[in-house]
Amino acid sequence: MKFEQVPSSPHLAGATSITRVMLTVVAALVPGIAAWVLFFGAGVVVNLVIAVLTALAAETLMLRMRGRPLLPFLSDGSAVVTAMLLALALPPLAPWWLVFLGTAFAMVVAKHLYGGLGYNPFNPAMAGYAMLLIAFPLEMTAWLPPAAPGDADLTVADHLRYAFTGALPGGASWDALTMATPLDTVKTELGAFQTVGEITAASPHLFGSFAGAGWEWVNLMFLAGGLWLIYKRVITWHIPVAFLGALTLMATLFYLGDPGRFPSPLFHLFSGAAILGAFFIATDPVSGATTLRGRLIFGAGIGVLVYLIRTWGGYPDGVAFAVLLMNTAVPTIDYYTQPRVFGQNNE
Amino acid sequence: MAARLWHFKGGLHLPDHNAMSMAMPVREANIPRHLVLPLQQHIGNRAEPVVDVGDQVLKGQLIARAEEYVSAPVHASSSGTVIAIEERPVPHPSGQAAPCIVIETDGADAWCEREAHRGHYSDLDPSALRNIIRKAGIVGLGGAGFPSFIKLNPGPAREIDTLILNGSECEPYITCDAMLMPERAREIVEGLLIMRHAVHARHCKIGVEDNKPEAISALREALGNEEAGFIEIVEIPTLYPVGGEKQLIKVLTGREVPSNGLPLDVGIVCHNVGTAAAVQRAVVHGEPLISRNVTITGDAVGRPTNLNVRFGTPISELLAQCEVDTEGLQRLVMGGPMMGIALHDDAAPVIKTTHCILATRKAPGAAGAMPCIRCGQCAEVCPVRLLPQQMYWYAKAREFDKVQDYNLFDCIECGCCSYVCPAHIPLVQYYRYAKTEIWAKEKEKQKADAARERHEFHQYRQEREKQEKEERHRKKREQLKKARGEGGESKADAKQAAIEAATQRVKAKRSQQQVTPKNTDNHTDEQKRAITEAHERRARIREAKDTPESSSEEPK
Repeated sequence: MKFEQVPSSPHLAGATSITRVMLTVVAALVPGIAAWVLFFGAGVVVNLVIAVLTALAAETLMLRMRGRPLLPFLSDGSAVVTAMLLALALPPLAPWWLVFLGTAFAMVVAKHLYGGLGYNPFNPAMAGYAMLLIAFPLEMTAWLPPAAPGDADLTVADHLRYAFTGALPGGASWDALTMATPLDTVKTELGAFQTVGEITAASPHLFGSFAGAGWEWVNLMFLAGGLWLIYKRVITWHIPVAFLGALTLMATLFYLGDPGRFPSPLFHLFSGAAILGAFFIATDPVSGATTLRGRLIFGAGIGVLVYLIRTWGGYPDGVAFAVLLMNTAVPTIDYYTQPRVFGQNNE
Repeated sequence: MAARLWHFKGGLHLPDHNAMSMAMPVREANIPRHLVLPLQQHIGNRAEPVVDVGDQVLKGQLIARAEEYVSAPVHASSSGTVIAIEERPVPHPSGQAAPCIVIETDGADAWCEREAHRGHYSDLDPSALRNIIRKAGIVGLGGAGFPSFIKLNPGPAREIDTLILNGSECEPYITCDAMLMPERAREIVEGLLIMRHAVHARHCKIGVEDNKPEAISALREALGNEEAGFIEIVEIPTLYPVGGEKQLIKVLTGREVPSNGLPLDVGIVCHNVGTAAAVQRAVVHGEPLISRNVTITGDAVGRPTNLNVRFGTPISELLAQCEVDTEGLQRLVMGGPMMGIALHDDAAPVIKTTHCILATRKAPGAAGAMPCIRCGQCAEVCPVRLLPQQMYWYAKAREFDKVQDYNLFDCIECGCCSYVCPAHIPLVQYYRYAKTEIWAKEKEKQKADAARERHEFHQYRQEREKQEKEERHRKKREQLKKARGEGGESKADAKQAAIEAATQRVKAKRSQQQVTPKNTDNHTDEQKRAITEAHERRARIREAKDTPESSSEEPK
């Protein structure tokens, strides 16, 4: 008896796939999204839907143009994850074109023009976010204030109407409904020579027990989802721990030096995109460092940059820029952090 | 007392599928009508037949002799008549046929005369023991097939402090050693004692995975009181590929065998438990190596089991004996599922390195490969701490220098990276491809070097002839001059020296340019075989070219 198929070993494969990895990431985002809806209303859901649909459409278009098979790449889940991460970084009250432009830029320019899945040197979601932040700073920085749980002012229908027509319920003005984020507020007021204590006292509805009101819960949920990803071995602990560790270290040093001028490390960890960034964005395998030591350097670099940008830079939060900057350093980091091969350079 | 254990980085916990083939004790495989005995069942040079077609042979009789140092003889595994010496399908990844001695068995299974050593093994000196082991055709039975007597010859310069027996069958499905250890524990221990005598090792360790408790307790019981003082049966965690020689040594002793070195370099010799049992049979009973335990298993096998199989038994016979569903059979693998080779033909025989026959219905990994997403899972499981995705990247781009920079030749092809790859990239296949390409390039280079050498020699000879001619003329002139009265100092000596210097320079330059492949010492047996073959071929080519009539013509 002769055999046609004589493949090379191994003849076993683990039950894993890119789709499975990506869907696990999506599942890990759910608790954070739920908390978000609870505190900031359903706007994020509208953004998520627009982003995902845009991403899938852009992916299809680009795969067609590049002559790649549609099914394996549309079902790999990577477009959905990119879209979701971008949507979670956008303000909840946003016009449709903002979400659309950001997602389309992420998919077409940051992903496919660089060769598609596996080839993009920059985190696509963060590239999309950075483009929006530079091009539309006004729309990108105004957020809805946190509400009591389940007590958001705007309904899904309101959000949809605003997204597509720009009309707000009861003719309310956009300015009246939105306000700066806690990070933004602190940055602006510190610039006006207020102390951290005065700032938080002045806007009690914006600040919760240890960080931004509402934000603390959303971030705790993202933290839970992130820890689950580590448990499921989809990501390793290196990048989140190094990122958050470096951010905490920086924040603690300055906070201890002058608590009036520098917010607490807890505020830094739980007010902006640090948790989401550490567990879900910086851990993007394609654009991140791959060696274990490299991941520590990559993560720590982002943590330091986030603190620098938040404290002395031009933007209230710095996750997107920090990630993109460290993306450029990845080839160098990977090259210089190769592990010692078994049996080589033994002392 | 639990022994201290060390760890190697990476590795995989794989479902072992062991129980299915361990339900029944080891049985004898049927004697097939035809035994097909390849002349090469080991690493090294092939054996040379010492029988002719038509000869009657007895079981255990030498039928092919090892003529080189790195080689092993082949013995008839049953009695009968030699009916052919020809190329037959053999278990090799290339699927090519190789020379075999075919014996038609007579069913009598009559032994030849066995020369058992009458006294105690300790009466024999190490070299006499090695000679017995060599003559018995014993090679590493763990899968590599390296002639065992060579590994038992550390040389005077090196001291062996630990002799290790490998009783860890880390690949899923394989149970031949797991069955051998409880059933032949004492033979293994005696084999170990003989080997210890041969290498003068102080300590011995037998490493057995913790999923084989019967083997561990049987081996412990088989130890005499005094023996227990220097032989340690160590229970080690079941983690693929702990059965790899370097990985096992690390776990048992904490020592890392150097990347392009041997266990000898860290004072260790490592043999398989089956090899130890074979050594005992050879020394105590005078029996050459003619059979071994083979696991026949897989989802296409009706009655998975372990059989003691004579070498040369066609695998098809074993499939029949174990009720393999040949209709649904899709893949036939010699070896385990992680490192075994898929066979082209079930007519291929069982050889000395066949520890398992895996017959499976459906081919896994049917999903197409996706692009690498650089997740790094491969690097996490690599037991050698390589960066598989970087190697893949450069192998795919055919940047072979870069692949070597990432230590391609340290790869043991264990398959862990391919197993965990979420993109289903056949990573190991890329590494094999890169290795093959690099060897081919090296071969080309050596060929070109040889050609240049010939050309330069040719020029040198012409020059020399010219010189000699001049010399003769000069001498003649001098003689003439002398005859006339006065002779002058010649400048021929200076010229000679200049030519000498020039050839030296050329030689030095050439030796600098010679490219040697990096860390090529972790070759698998096929690779080693491929290299040996390449060397032979090269030698033949060189020989052919050195003959004067062909020296002017050169293949382009």
